[in-house]
Amino acid sequence: MAILLTASVWMSVGIQSWTLTKERGEPDTEVADHDVLVAAGLVNAYFESQWRDFGISVANKADDLTVLRRLSLALHGSIPSLEDIREFEGDLRPGRIERWTNRLLDDPRFGAYFAGRFSRILAGVENQTLIIYRQDRFEQWLAEQINDDRPIQEWVCELITQTGLWTGKPATNFVTATVQENDVDENQLIGRTVRTFLGQRIDCAQCHDHPFDDWTQKDYQGLAAFYGNTRFSIFGIYDGRGEIRLTDPSTNDEKAVIPSVPFCQELLPEDGTQRERLAAWITHRENRRFTRAIANRVWGLMFGLAWSQGGPLHHEVDDLPDPPDTDDLLDILGDVLLHEQGSVKSVIRVIVASRPFNLSSETIETDSKLISLQQDYWGLFPLVALRPEQVIGAMVQSTSLSTIDQNSHLLTRTIRVLRENDFLKEYGAARENEFSPTLQTIPQTLLKMNSRLVRELLETNPFNASAKIARMSTTDQSAVENVFLVCLTRRPTEEEMEHFLARGEGDDRSRRLTGHEVEDLIWTCFNSEEFNWNH
Amino acid sequence: MHFSRREFLTVSSSLGLTFRLSSEEQLFALERGGKRGTSLIVVWLQGGPSQLETWDPHEGTKIGGPTKAINTVIPGTKIASGYPLLAERLNRLNVIRSLVSKEGDHERASYYVKTGYRPDPTVVHPSLAAIHAAKSLSTDRHDLPASMTLGDSQFPSRGAYLGAQYDAFRIVEPGNAIGNLTPMAGAQRQKRRLADLDFLSRSFRYNRPQSESMTSYQVVTEDALSMMSSPELSAFQIDQESEGTRQRYGKSRFGSGCLVARRLVEAGVRSVEVVLGGFDSHAKNFEIHDARAIELDRGLSALMDDLIERDLWSSTMVLCLGEFGRSPQINALDGRDHWPTGFSCLVGGAGLREGIVIGQTDPTGEKKDPVDPVAVHDLYATVLRQLRINPEEELMTPIGRPLALCAGKPIERLLQV
Repeated sequence: MAILLTASVWMSVGIQSWTLTKERGEPDTEVADHDVLVAAGLVNAYFESQWRDFGISVANKADDLTVLRRLSLALHGSIPSLEDIREFEGDLRPGRIERWTNRLLDDPRFGAYFAGRFSRILAGVENQTLIIYRQDRFEQWLAEQINDDRPIQEWVCELITQTGLWTGKPATNFVTATVQENDVDENQLIGRTVRTFLGQRIDCAQCHDHPFDDWTQKDYQGLAAFYGNTRFSIFGIYDGRGEIRLTDPSTNDEKAVIPSVPFCQELLPEDGTQRERLAAWITHRENRRFTRAIANRVWGLMFGLAWSQGGPLHHEVDDLPDPPDTDDLLDILGDVLLHEQGSVKSVIRVIVASRPFNLSSETIETDSKLISLQQDYWGLFPLVALRPEQVIGAMVQSTSLSTIDQNSHLLTRTIRVLRENDFLKEYGAARENEFSPTLQTIPQTLLKMNSRLVRELLETNPFNASAKIARMSTTDQSAVENVFLVCLTRRPTEEEMEHFLARGEGDDRSRRLTGHEVEDLIWTCFNSEEFNWNH
Repeated sequence: MHFSRREFLTVSSSLGLTFRLSSEEQLFALERGGKRGTSLIVVWLQGGPSQLETWDPHEGTKIGGPTKAINTVIPGTKIASGYPLLAERLNRLNVIRSLVSKEGDHERASYYVKTGYRPDPTVVHPSLAAIHAAKSLSTDRHDLPASMTLGDSQFPSRGAYLGAQYDAFRIVEPGNAIGNLTPMAGAQRQKRRLADLDFLSRSFRYNRPQSESMTSYQVVTEDALSMMSSPELSAFQIDQESEGTRQRYGKSRFGSGCLVARRLVEAGVRSVEVVLGGFDSHAKNFEIHDARAIELDRGLSALMDDLIERDLWSSTMVLCLGEFGRSPQINALDGRDHWPTGFSCLVGGAGLREGIVIGQTDPTGEKKDPVDPVAVHDLYATVLRQLRINPEEELMTPIGRPLALCAGKPIERLLQV
């Protein structure tokens, strides 16, 4: 099916109208790359206009290895292996970042990682009844949708409307995650639905009219009522019939409520079950809130911060203001989503090709106000603490020189999973709130410095990086360089090289770094800010 | 290999490390009485203890089961016979027999009873322990984390929107060496590693001045290093106590936890939770409670005695409770099920009035609601007020919604006039 892609945003960013055609499912072609570049051009024009208006100086372009590290962390939750880095550096043709992006997106690890992040948002991280909430099935199903690049509108509809058992129909786990004492919690469901798919918080309006926004308790109840007949039984989730009655938590009074939507009423279909009507309304192509919310979240998954958290909005990912009269970044990316048939991968490709994703996190500014503006308007790549699973993912990958993926030996993959689980148990897994700034805690720091788990990763044995690097590096220089590459995805500066080469000096200047010295160097990297942040 | 504080100081100063060491002068460990900063010890009875087998027995009734009641030093007030030591000390505590909650699931109820707020999908609330730790930190500084959990806590106390730094530092086996505090390399190698870390950190921060304002990475690293070499760590070394003291507390995990709690409070730690688990008695309720009573009676009594004897009672609040109580009805497995209305707790110390008994449950078990019900958040407003924290203080949460530290009102009759 040919798609006519006409950006509604070109006027606002001063770019000439553009028209693209693309067949869905086509292999990557010059045309497809052109699509991405044109859309990225619109994104760039949007930012460049802001940088110009606010007098913001823009950071230099980051080097390709830094961008590769960002990509791996964002799409696979880990850093590139030495094997990956060597292959990447061996690719001397232009456009290797684009090629590598496609490669990472085509790797099943992408869907698995994004599924994990989406499942936290969709089903929470606690209060789940393990028997009827099957996280494994849910994440596997999400991973399939994401890896297949199924239109997001379709799989969101399935999440909202699916009936059946949580094992056979894994999308129902979105609903069963809220079941308490055999009842579906329509309040949790509508709260999550609206926060995730519309980028709005209505939960406060459950008990009273929202004190700051326009949401009223009536709005809330109208929306919650769409889930009011969603029922749970041992045979699965199903839609009941009859009058919908909801309880007002502030008075404990129960009353009949008719499902209704607070805006874009004309988009709500008359027919279908209540959940089908809700799903159709949310994902309607004219409901800007949906595409804006998804675009904002995908941006957040790529940067570690949602776009809305910076200027000019300064709003959390699930608390967006009403869509503006003039299109902004979220509309540009939202249009990509619409015209590329709900392809999340397309949005990612555009973000990766845009300037903000490729800027350095280093600034030449010294004035704190200017630096703050740079940060606020994406003139500088943000420094964001790695998430717990990224920390352990990066540690495990660092200590194995080859890529750990589905092709790795089963034992290697099993050890990786066990180590990650052990680490996350002690370190603490990420919470539901995806993009809230997190501080590392003392126990987490101690865990990385002194734990048995980290010692086992580091200790010199024939199978791990410490010994391999010490053995394979022909000079101290190459040993130091290899440690930097496996841990920090970069080569050391001259000053750093000089500093760390001093390790090899002593009575015998010709000797090579020992396994212990390499181990020490990796320990240092593991505990450094650079390793622990996305930058 | 242990890396001593002296060695650490030497290494730090010789290398010009930027890592800060905390000031011991600021410790209030030696202060006593009213001048001393407050501490909070929560004795958490995990799983939902039966009020009928602890502080609210109904001997001789159908719902009372085989549990006997004994007199206490509060005239007219009886508690279960498994607690003879606490019966002698009950006049230093208050008994609330009418706590009410709407949460009957372990996790949700633990959340409610630890935070005073029911679970809310939009915001995670900080626990009482975290609030106390956070509000106290502005006035003092320690090498040890401000909030700790001793024992195998299923739902440890959380800092939530106050910050992960107020999450409880968990020590599953109090009395054993704490994990992850000993450097994995010897002193020389550790010295080199720290020097390299400092070098690499400076290298990264060069041209990234925003990094220091954006995270407290360096501060937390310093805190972790301070803790590794802190003299305050001796608070965990209960082998320094006499055999008699160890016996008095009981040598179980819980008894050791109570002893460590006392030592931590002495060292100036603000919030400590000691966990006694295994109360979820859907079957064999009476056997289970008999076994727990031995540990709880001994550990809590010894803790109270030592706090009183060391003049720490007036600055330390002790709160003993679980997530809910257990049903008056005895089920077919000789067990009791979850019961979130009319459950009991003990609370005392830190200048609270003493020897007051609040509430009453129906001896027939037919009336669900207790007389004189007390909401958990009212209890917490009382605790916070007594700990010199304004429960009504509002903080901005991450969702942009201001929330009071506590939604309840203090129970005036427990506060000193």
